[in-house]
Amino acid sequence: MSREDIQTGLAEILEEVAGVTPADATPEKSFTDDLDVDSLSMVEIATAVEDKFGVAIPDDELANIKTVGDAISFIEKNQG
Amino acid sequence: MSTSTDVVVTGLGATTPLGGDVTSTWEALLAGRSGVSRITEDWIKEFPAQLVARLAQEPADQIDRVRARRLDRSQQVAVIAAEEAWRHSGAGDAGVDPLRIAVVIGTGIGGALTLLGQDDVLEEKGPKRVSPFTIPMLMPNGPAAAVGLAIGAKGGVHAPVSACASGAEAIRWGLDLIRFDRADVVLVGGTEACVHPLPMAGFAAMRAMSTRNDEPERASRPFDKGRDGFVLGEGAACIVLERGDAARARGARIHARLAGAAGTADGYDLVAPHPEGEGAARAITAALRDAGLSPSDIQHVNAHATSTPVGDTAEAAAIRSSLGEHVLVSATKSQTGHLLGAAGALESVFTILALREQIVPATANLEDPDDDAAVQALDIVRNEPRRTSLTAAVNDSFGFGGHNIALVFTTA
Repeated sequence: MSREDIQTGLAEILEEVAGVTPADATPEKSFTDDLDVDSLSMVEIATAVEDKFGVAIPDDELANIKTVGDAISFIEKNQG
Repeated sequence: MSTSTDVVVTGLGATTPLGGDVTSTWEALLAGRSGVSRITEDWIKEFPAQLVARLAQEPADQIDRVRARRLDRSQQVAVIAAEEAWRHSGAGDAGVDPLRIAVVIGTGIGGALTLLGQDDVLEEKGPKRVSPFTIPMLMPNGPAAAVGLAIGAKGGVHAPVSACASGAEAIRWGLDLIRFDRADVVLVGGTEACVHPLPMAGFAAMRAMSTRNDEPERASRPFDKGRDGFVLGEGAACIVLERGDAARARGARIHARLAGAAGTADGYDLVAPHPEGEGAARAITAALRDAGLSPSDIQHVNAHATSTPVGDTAEAAAIRSSLGEHVLVSATKSQTGHLLGAAGALESVFTILALREQIVPATANLEDPDDDAAVQALDIVRNEPRRTSLTAAVNDSFGFGGHNIALVFTTA
């Protein structure tokens, strides 16, 4: 799956879980500072990512994912 | 502390089986409409009691989707009622110091739908799939906390839990907070939303619910000879309490005064009321003393009257022994069903509106009053609301556990 496809899929998750407008879910955005996504919502997002992309995000990795771009890269690198 | 502190009501909010706000709920109440219907989902088939008083307006229609998915249904309705009350009071625009704003919201059951729903997730999909919002959504202080965030209260957020007295207990705590000068404005209320097979089965197992399944609108019939239990309802109601001098200084509309409150415990049985309503009568008498009023000063009682065989007669005895036979009694659960932890708050809203509008709501379905001597002696308003001159009224609430709360409201 391409980075663009991953970004589109991630944007759908962010809209569903946290009400983020898809156009705002761009790679440079910080989840907490720009998109107002709190730590509990990040856990929900991680679960939804696993469902959608088949990529599990361990807790220690989740802590390092600060931006939408970080998440896209993690999914890209770990997809089967 | 000073019981002479003037505490007034400046805002009201509610979402109930009769309407999605205070105005529609009150109009439906006075029009004699019922919020009760029969459950049609498959799961109800084996249940002896199949009736429910669901919200007239779904919370999803009144609250943002993303916000709603992080709130248990009991929290959604609490926030909806609280925001209505807060807007109604105008306190949010009055520049009150957030450190002087407190919240007290009670619930009887808490986030039962979340608890049970996430237990299904746990069983079916395993622990990793349980929502990270499970705990904040099921904790019984969750509705109070959500409301506190919604209105920016930093002076304290509290959550009394005393079953079906919780909403009334919240109002009593609010009065104390202002009297003790812990806060200048307190948003109080109660909430409940637990229409689900497990609570329904539990209440049915206690033989507490009406099984008049073929006549939903006639099932909740407090004080009537044919009553056979309560009808479970859902919803929330909130009230904004303020120091009278501060409310007047900012030009707020004052709907009524909260003149006094009291709470007692039966010390008799875990769930059965004392047959003579001894603890309930003590609560009413103590609330009157707290308000500096005599029984003859009270013209109206909004009764707890859930339509259970033993509860209604015990309460009738308590009202008769503490207040006398002259009071006009209304049992509004005949139309709203029993909102458990929200009941005392909703019925206080009705009591306040009765005083403001000078009208006593009717008790629906009271066709053949119980032969009990106290029921026979009381003047229970039936058929139609009664217009009359009112200056002071009592709302009483009781909860499993032997909790009794009485509140005294007077005209502004």
